[in-house]
Amino acid sequence: MTEVLTAPAPTGRRTNRPDDRLDDRPTGLRAEVAAGVRDSLAAGLGMFPLGVAFGLLVVQAGLPWWFAPALSVAGFAGSLELLVVGLAAAVTPLGTIALTTLLVNFRHVFYAFSFPLQVVRHPVARAYSMYALIDEAYALTAASPGRWTGPRLLSLQLSFQAYWVSGGVAGVLLAGLLPGPLEGLDFALCALFVTLVLDAARGRGQVPSLLLAGLSFTLAVLLAPGNALFVGMLGFVALLAGRHVLSARRARRA
Amino acid sequence: MPETGYLLAVLAVVFAITFALRAAPFAAIDRLRASRLVGSLARWLPAGVLLILAASTVRSSAAGGRVWQALAAVAVTVVVHLVGGRRTLLSVGAGTATFVLLVNLL
Repeated sequence: MTEVLTAPAPTGRRTNRPDDRLDDRPTGLRAEVAAGVRDSLAAGLGMFPLGVAFGLLVVQAGLPWWFAPALSVAGFAGSLELLVVGLAAAVTPLGTIALTTLLVNFRHVFYAFSFPLQVVRHPVARAYSMYALIDEAYALTAASPGRWTGPRLLSLQLSFQAYWVSGGVAGVLLAGLLPGPLEGLDFALCALFVTLVLDAARGRGQVPSLLLAGLSFTLAVLLAPGNALFVGMLGFVALLAGRHVLSARRARRA
Repeated sequence: MPETGYLLAVLAVVFAITFALRAAPFAAIDRLRASRLVGSLARWLPAGVLLILAASTVRSSAAGGRVWQALAAVAVTVVVHLVGGRRTLLSVGAGTATFVLLVNLL
C-alpha cells in the first residue's frame, strides 16, 4: 500500500524490453490475468473506500444517484470526480468545468513516457488502456517496469475501475441509509492530496519544485483569490519553464 | 437538482478532455521524448501540482471559519502517514475522521 498511490517522477527512458512481450503465449493467459488482479489489490484497498466517499458525496450534494457510476465511467479520475461533484451541484458553467478538468488531469500527459502501452495489441484494448491510465496504474507500472504483458496490464486496469465504480455505487446505497448529510466528508480528497504530496516529495530533488509551487499558489491566493487554482498552476508551469532555461544555461557554462 | 441535460453535458466534457489528455501524448511520443523542456516538466511537475491541489483543497475545507479544524486534520494526516508506514487508506481515514469529528462535534 505504501507505493501504489504515489506519484513518482516519470523516468522517461524506462520503456519495456522486448522480452516483456509475452502476451501472445496462450498458456499463460489465466496466470497473467490473475497476476494483474493481484497487482491491483493493494491500491484497491484505498480505491474502494474512496469510491464509497465519492458515492456518498454525490447523493449529499443533491445529485441523482446515477451520476456517480456515470462520472466514474466518463472520467475515471478519482480526484477530479470529487471536484466535479461540487461543481456540478452548483451548476458551474461548462467552460469552468472544462478548464478544471484540463488542469487537474494535465499531469496525465506525462504518463505516456513510461507507460508500457506497447504490450497491448488489440486496438480496442489499447484504447481502453489509454482511457484507464489513472494515477494508480501509472504508479504501479512506473514502480516495476518490465513485468507487464497485455492481459496483466488490462486486468490491472479493469480491476481498478471495478473497485472504483462499485465503491461509488456502494456509497450511493449507503447514503440512502444515513439520516442526514455528514458534514466534512469531502475532506477525504484533501487528505488524499496531502498523502500524495508526501509520497511524491521523498528525496531532496523535489524541494525546488515544491517551493516554486508553494510560492505560485500563495501569490495566486493573494492576487486572484477567485481563481487561485487556475492562476497558481499556470504560474507554476511558467516558473518551471524559467527554471528549465536557467538550468540549461548553467549546464552549458559548466 | 441540476437538469439532466446539464449533467450529461458535464459527463461529455469530462470524458472528452480526460481521454484526450491520456491518449494524445501516445501519438506524439517520439517527438515529445526528444524535447528537453518536456523532460524537465515531466520530472518537476507532478510533486508541485499535487502540492497546489492539496493547498487548494485545504483552502476550500477551511472556508467558513474552519481554519484550525482543517489544519488540525492536515496535521493528523501527515503524522499518521509518516508514522503509520505510508498506508494511504489509514492516513486518509484518520485525517477525514478528525475533520468530520471536529466540524460536527465542536
